[in-house]
Amino acid sequence: MINQASKTAAIENPFLPEPARIVRSYHLIEGVKFFQIRIVDIEKALSFRYLPGQFVMLSILGIGEAPFSISSTPSRPGMLEFCIRDVGRVTNALFALKENSIIGIRGPYGNGFPVETMQNKNLIIISGGLGVAPLRSVLLYSLDNRDLFKDVTFLYGAKRPYEMIFRDEFLRLSKRDDVECLLTVDHDDTGTWTEKTGVVTSLFKYLAEIEPGETYAMVCGPPVMYKYVIDELLKFKIPKHQILMTLERRMKCGIGKCGHCAIDYIYTCIDGPVFSYWDVIHMRELI
Amino acid sequence: MKVIKLEKKKLIPFLQFISQERELWAPVKKNDRIIYDLIEDFTCIDMNTTRTLLPPKKVIIPQQFNMFRVTGLGYESDYSHAVKKILFGIHPCDIHGLLILDKLFMQDHPDPYYIEARRNTLILGLSCWPDEHCFARSTNTHIIREGFDLFFTDLEHSYLVWVGSSAGDDLIKLKPEFFEQKPTDQDIQDFTYMQIERDTSYKTKINFISMPDLMELKYNETFWEKMGRACLGCGSCSMVCPTCNCYNVIDRHLISEETGERRRYWDSCTLCEYSEVAEGVNFRKNCADRLRLWYTHKMQAFISKYGKASCVGCGRCLLTCPVDINVLTVSKSLQGKDVYAYWNRLPREASDDKSSK
Ligand SMILES: Cc1cc2nc3c(=O)[nH]c(=O)nc-3n(C[C@H](O)[C@H](O)[C@H](O)COP(=O)(O)OP(=O)(O)OC[C@H]3O[C@@H](n4cnc5c(N)ncnc54)[C@H](O)[C@@H]3O)c2cc1C
Ligand code: SF4
Ligand code: SF4
Ligand code: FES
Repeated sequence: MINQASKTAAIENPFLPEPARIVRSYHLIEGVKFFQIRIVDIEKALSFRYLPGQFVMLSILGIGEAPFSISSTPSRPGMLEFCIRDVGRVTNALFALKENSIIGIRGPYGNGFPVETMQNKNLIIISGGLGVAPLRSVLLYSLDNRDLFKDVTFLYGAKRPYEMIFRDEFLRLSKRDDVECLLTVDHDDTGTWTEKTGVVTSLFKYLAEIEPGETYAMVCGPPVMYKYVIDELLKFKIPKHQILMTLERRMKCGIGKCGHCAIDYIYTCIDGPVFSYWDVIHMRELI
Repeated sequence: MKVIKLEKKKLIPFLQFISQERELWAPVKKNDRIIYDLIEDFTCIDMNTTRTLLPPKKVIIPQQFNMFRVTGLGYESDYSHAVKKILFGIHPCDIHGLLILDKLFMQDHPDPYYIEARRNTLILGLSCWPDEHCFARSTNTHIIREGFDLFFTDLEHSYLVWVGSSAGDDLIKLKPEFFEQKPTDQDIQDFTYMQIERDTSYKTKINFISMPDLMELKYNETFWEKMGRACLGCGSCSMVCPTCNCYNVIDRHLISEETGERRRYWDSCTLCEYSEVAEGVNFRKNCADRLRLWYTHKMQAFISKYGKASCVGCGRCLLTCPVDINVLTVSKSLQGKDVYAYWNRLPREASDDKSSK
């Protein structure tokens, strides 16, 4: 019986990971590492286009695959950055890999932030904990394209000073005058913290008067954070469709096939992970 | 579409002849169950079965298969599940099931694993007779006009054969002498009577038209909680449903050979860990929420997107769920009807200790 399956399919395999090299990796805080990754094929590396808020699937040979937000900005092509928390199989293995190791990457996936629509508007970026991963991308993007946006405000809360991801980078930002960068920690048990203390919503009182219709807010953080932050944003009368948040779901494919990220009748991986508060109140189960 | 005729006794020789270079998968009886299986003994094919335990999707996307072989050099796509096959004996509702999977897997971001297997599989349909659990008439999937290469309609002594594609025509050309080129007037008469009698034999009926609205209006109805308490979270409903498409991906590392595999497995949104993310956060800890998702997909989301339910009326879930959660009892509950089902008879106390599941 001659019955051989073909080696190549009629279409390209969208699940095939592209080899990428870990150029740099170091601990940002306990349990969270920073990774700089470059696609090995230089042409593919330079032509890898993405939007802030999109994510990729990272693969480790024989271990598994998981979704991660891109933390770098598309305005600096060639290198992709991630901040990753060590929680399980894939992330354990990633943490154990040395610089120069090869991993697999496919993507980018998801809708990302509507950077075109947000042009000429004020941006308020609010993050807690590891939620900063996708938001750093849009923050750096807005700073690299500073003249495209009106006021840019960045609010970031961590539990303690040594749990603030990208602390030094953000402390430098807080010295710049083209961006309002407010950092806070829930508790300062080091005695050396120079910025604010209190939960992230306590930073709202420092904000200047804003024109709500001209403002987009972007939120990402632990699930408990959303409600409180959104309440504050609604007090500022920011329209619901201009409050954006990125959500996390379990994902196995990234392209609407495996079903894992389904919410109601949408797929987080293609219809999200960025949703507006308007979507959230019109869709059950979103947060 | 060309319609020709085949004497009954010539069917098996025909199948034998055309499957010389392809695997033939057809319904057979094994351990008291009718299943789709790779045929070695052609006399075992069950021509009269109503439904198989698992739907024919398993012939296209096996319950588990390799997506990639992982070597030191990287990932190598593995399409070895997609060998040339003939799927024989598939009924209209199950062909509709494949057409629904086609929409999910072949449109927007097509899935090469599905496409490869699909284009290497010839579909040879066979007419059927409903039992008390079939309701394909309600889903309008009792008749099929596309999605097959050949379709055999059983008329007592012979089959009328619909030729649905050029690949199907090529099969006929392998043994043209087996076929009569034209059905007789009597055949057409027999076919017409058979069709009418069959169409009026459906005992189970569901009105799907109002389902999207009822799903919305009755989302918080207490029957969901009742079902949730009874549901075992076993996932059987998804395994047997011809339109369930969810899957999981797991890598396997073969330490001895320093290689590995990336494998794809059937999955079900009724399983508890389905929606779990890091740090034990689970957006659907509750069985009731997971059942709502299953039925939202079948009876609301799919209808909104494609204009029809993602249920083909095969009746498998009616026969499979150990606690009687199925399209029939759910749609009856949505319509506010009294439902006689295990989940509805469960005393409150007995079920309460399971409510944390
Ligand atoms: C769009 C998106 C962006 C993300 N961005 C980041 C990021 O920038 N940094 C970061 O550290 N994490 C991010 N995550 C979460 C990250 O994908 C999961 O923590 C990761 O999948 C865990 O993989 P693992 O194999 O190490 O853990 P596992 O061993 O698989 O499991 C650890 C825990 O994570 C759960 N889990 C398993 N698979 C997934 C999955 N696919 N998605 C979510 N949870 C899962 C398990 O149920 C278990 O509770 C993101 C997730 C999504 C959906
Ligand atoms: S929901 Fe039930 S009856 Fe409908 S196609 Fe699936 S298994 Fe068959
Ligand atoms: S609905 Fe029935 S078949 Fe499906 S998981 Fe629950 S108990 Fe199992
Ligand atoms: S991740 Fe597979 S459907 Fe969204």
